[in-house]
Amino acid sequence: MTDKIDVEEVKLTTKDFQSNQDVRWCPGCGDYSVLAQVQKVFPTLGIRKEDFVWIAGIGCSSRFPYYMDTYGLHGIHGRAPAIATGLKVARPELSVWVSTGDGDLMSIGGNHFIHACRKNIDLKIILFNNKIYGLTKGQYSPTSEKGKITKSSPYGSIDYPFNPTTLALGSEATFVARTLDRDTKHLQEMIRRAAEHKGVAFLEVYQNCVIFNDGAYSDYTDKETKPDSIIMLEHGEPLIFGKNFDKGVMLNGFNPVVVDLNDGVHSVNDLLVHDEFDESPVRAFIYSHMTDDPKMPTPIGVFRQILKPTYDQGVAAQIHDVTAKKGEGDLEALLFSGNTWEVE
Amino acid sequence: MAQEEKNGKEIKHLNDVTVMFAGDSGDGMQLTGTQFSDTTAYLGNDLSTLPDYPSEIRAPLGTLYGVSGFQLHFGSSSVFTPGDITDVLVAMNPAALKVNVKNLKQRGIIICNSDAFDAKNLKLAKYDSNPLEDDSLSGYKVFPVPITSLTVEALKDCGLKPKDVTRSKNFFALGLMYWLFNEPLEPTLEWVRKKFSKKVEIICGNEKALKSGYYYGENTELFASRYKIAKATLPKGTYKSISGNEATAIGLIAASKLSGLPLFLGSYPITPATDILHHLSKYKNFGVKTLQAEDEIAGISSAIGASFGGSLAITTTSGPGLALKTEATGLALMLELPLVIVNVQRGGPSTGLPTKTEQSDLLQAMYGRSGESPVAVVAATSPSDCFYMAIEASRLALKYMVPVILLTDGYIANGAEPWKIPHVNELEKIEVTQRTNPENFHPYDRDENLARPWAVPGTPGLEHRIGGLEKENITGAVSHDPENHDLMVRIRAQKIQNMQNTIPELVVDGDQSGELLVLGWGGTMGSIIEAVNDARKKGMNVSRAQLKYINPFPKNLGEVLSKFDKVIVPENNMGQLAKILRDQFLVPVIQFNKMRGLPLKSFEITEKIAEVLGGKND
Repeated sequence: MTDKIDVEEVKLTTKDFQSNQDVRWCPGCGDYSVLAQVQKVFPTLGIRKEDFVWIAGIGCSSRFPYYMDTYGLHGIHGRAPAIATGLKVARPELSVWVSTGDGDLMSIGGNHFIHACRKNIDLKIILFNNKIYGLTKGQYSPTSEKGKITKSSPYGSIDYPFNPTTLALGSEATFVARTLDRDTKHLQEMIRRAAEHKGVAFLEVYQNCVIFNDGAYSDYTDKETKPDSIIMLEHGEPLIFGKNFDKGVMLNGFNPVVVDLNDGVHSVNDLLVHDEFDESPVRAFIYSHMTDDPKMPTPIGVFRQILKPTYDQGVAAQIHDVTAKKGEGDLEALLFSGNTWEVE
Repeated sequence: MAQEEKNGKEIKHLNDVTVMFAGDSGDGMQLTGTQFSDTTAYLGNDLSTLPDYPSEIRAPLGTLYGVSGFQLHFGSSSVFTPGDITDVLVAMNPAALKVNVKNLKQRGIIICNSDAFDAKNLKLAKYDSNPLEDDSLSGYKVFPVPITSLTVEALKDCGLKPKDVTRSKNFFALGLMYWLFNEPLEPTLEWVRKKFSKKVEIICGNEKALKSGYYYGENTELFASRYKIAKATLPKGTYKSISGNEATAIGLIAASKLSGLPLFLGSYPITPATDILHHLSKYKNFGVKTLQAEDEIAGISSAIGASFGGSLAITTTSGPGLALKTEATGLALMLELPLVIVNVQRGGPSTGLPTKTEQSDLLQAMYGRSGESPVAVVAATSPSDCFYMAIEASRLALKYMVPVILLTDGYIANGAEPWKIPHVNELEKIEVTQRTNPENFHPYDRDENLARPWAVPGTPGLEHRIGGLEKENITGAVSHDPENHDLMVRIRAQKIQNMQNTIPELVVDGDQSGELLVLGWGGTMGSIIEAVNDARKKGMNVSRAQLKYINPFPKNLGEVLSKFDKVIVPENNMGQLAKILRDQFLVPVIQFNKMRGLPLKSFEITEKIAEVLGGKND
């Protein structure tokens, strides 16, 4: 429903989206990359500047709205999806974005997140996942790996982590994707894809915290290790990865396994072929479980994108239908409706 | 005064009567009571009702804790409370009798379903012997009626399932009460025909049960007399019976129309506030958007989002829900966005008494947030007053860009009274300005009331950020500056104080100065009016006032307090208003407090008045 207008006419630039506030993240923080790519992509989306709104909760990533020269609301811990839901339902023509972190969205805001996904509210949720509490100076988060040693887990955390994409898929999100802060091109592409999706869009950004969890994703970003650690999901393409593109993922029963394409037994034809638009969430679920598994490559890209009516559309449609049937509400008639009687 | 009817029965004229319908929570007592109220109101009596039901939906049959009651006080002069004690008790089983007979006046009437007084039910109600057979009820006029078997007999040709037949027995009781109080069956019959238009057998069952009850009174020897209550002298106009929750919902729709803003409600179901969500969900053709949120916090958070987007935003809840909304309420006041929070108070703390009334959230509403966080607090005094206070809460929120908490309570929310319906053109418009001019725009700029401009997303050139971090006054930039924080704390407090300029002064009923003022707030108004009227009849000189604005108080409150030697503050809590009065005015107010989950009893307040006046007027 977002009003698309002629890009030429608007002539927005990156600069139009830079606020006058000094950016106060730590030098080298992955958040800078997300901010820069958002500011690059936004002018090209064909959406009026005044129709963008950023909503945030609490945490490093939640300072994001202050740095964007759009409408913005820096809320309270975990509640950004709920605040954004109210705004989107009240004003479906706006493009409503949520910037959030793994503590904000996966812990205190978990309930709002799953329900925003379930209801398919047309929000764009960008999760800055650095697997650590940064703003409170380094405690393990709900996405930290088990055994992580932090100030609040000096003997190693005993929590099992959430996998955000699994949670999103389990909550029936209609768009689920993952990207890396260091891969700026891909990050831009994923931001665009999220913006263009009609429905809830969940984008997990693997974001490096240089201070409290530096190198959490180095396997996925370093030139040496990257090719064997991640797999780029491409619609319609078989799941191939590896330095020499000689490894693939195929199904063994319900489970994905890595096979060597040079072993003389397996070929490309045996491999899983990615279908972003698969109505069934099963395929995407399999990908999400390949995450952080030392035997498997971690998938990067769009896991799933399906279309179904959004909640905000549903609300508007119901109002339209009921009004068409009953006529526009008349307050005087409402006041005097029901069993009334006259006192002379 | 009495006159004789054709059939030899006598009609006695009464000024007012209090009736209690009581039975199992599945016996349809609330429906029966509501139908009786509607017909009574339709006949021109003034009335007040008190639904009193357990928090279990269908508690085990026959148990004491499963009793559901509906109390109704109606009369030919003004009625302000559902009645301290009952004149007539309709008891559908022994448990209903046992729970409610305590509140029946001496020589009061008991009509009971004698079929239900079997060994099993007597045991469940913990009766050692059948009260209908021993002399334990000798102080009352008891009319045992085999309601179940008479209903079964009357409905045998309707084609209803046995379960539905026995379920109709409440309508037999209703019919009998209509006969006893000389009221017509037609309004209820019309309701039945409309409600069950596609279920012929249910219409048949209800109609037959109702008529059988009526003719049972007419034709049996059991009742020698019946009663008539003359019409009340109410001001001229069109009336309807309205409950507080319904009035709140319609008031919010009216506020939406009067302000020209779309209405948004973010809410999570909670007793006794849920009916507001139910009502507002029906009015989609008024453009009302209702969001049943995933929790209380999402309820208010979504409302904050909608408010940012330019809607008249509402969240509704009850005590424990208000506690969950605490942090978000603080956010709304920091964002300086308009928001109406309706809190239908119930017995607390914690889950407390979900279906019972109390006034114990006043301090929570006033102070229950982190930091220096004043919000406006207003309260409704009766079911129909909820309509006006919902509009007033909206007006204050929009004019001053603040959250406003509207306190109602379980009693006025579920209770009903006749309401003289206002015309739309009698309601004052709510002026709202949403900023569109980008020139010299500063998000935390101030108008003459200290309110900041409301600039909604989608407006070109006004892109800005707001947030829970302290902001620099005028510019809205994030600021940790010590002097600025001091200033902003004071501005947020002053905004609330500035409301004194637009809220009405406190009106004192009776002498404007003297020995004693009875000062209440919110839903206790009816009980206090009756108590004061009664005290005056007994020769005591006492004045009365009821607060509807608590933060801020009306401008003249200090002056009013200074004009009386003594002030009694009756409250349905441990003295929360009394605390605030002492704090702000250093006055030694006298507390009167009950925490029974029920409206205050007028006679107890009258006793307190007499005690404070030294018994000299007794």
